[in-house]
Amino acid sequence: MPFLTDTPLDLAGLIAEVTAPDRGGVAAFVGTVRDHHGGRPVVELEYSAYGAMAEAECGRIVEDTERRWPVRVALRHRIGLLAIGEAAVAIAVAGAHRDEAFAACRHVIEELKRRVPIWKRERYADGTVEWVGTGQAASLTAPGGRP
Amino acid sequence: MVTTASTTVHILLFASYAERLGLERIDAALRPGATVADALAYLRALPGGAELPARPLCARNLAHVGADAALADGDELAVLPPLAGG
Repeated sequence: MPFLTDTPLDLAGLIAEVTAPDRGGVAAFVGTVRDHHGGRPVVELEYSAYGAMAEAECGRIVEDTERRWPVRVALRHRIGLLAIGEAAVAIAVAGAHRDEAFAACRHVIEELKRRVPIWKRERYADGTVEWVGTGQAASLTAPGGRP
Repeated sequence: MVTTASTTVHILLFASYAERLGLERIDAALRPGATVADALAYLRALPGGAELPARPLCARNLAHVGADAALADGDELAVLPPLAGG
């Protein structure tokens, strides 16, 4: 199942993917499109990605998270044109207890923002359009990669 | 006849960087032993390339790397504007 999709996100579906009888703690995070940025009204937003790498990075994040905590993770990120209030990212994490579910869910969204090559362009009420860079900007080195 | 060995790197640009340089993909013939920093120097010499930041995010063959990472013939090097997922 690809991590990137151009169709609306389905959190209930992600929760169903990770839920099991022995996993009693389920944590979820949904990031939606805000109607403002830097004090300016935003009317719509377009996400684009370096698709092959974004898929690979999301896969690494899920694998690393499931290795670090005893949880199952489901993750999707929307690309394309989104309206205000639509979900851009959805994460569901299930573990035996709430502690690992919350910790792992937080880890997934922070790593996604830090590592996954996705960009957004906002269109403002005054008609101007700008690329928005809010996340990682300086050079990163992947653990386990070639030096 | 003299042949000069070189390392061809497929450079990809995205989002604001693609707009600044007016291209999404360019093949660069670099010296053998070239690093990511050499590829960035090549880009900076192109029209619009001077606007690239000093240390942009880079990925070699789908994984993040630093500026001192070595490049091999046929590698894909992506130069990534500040990320904005989530």
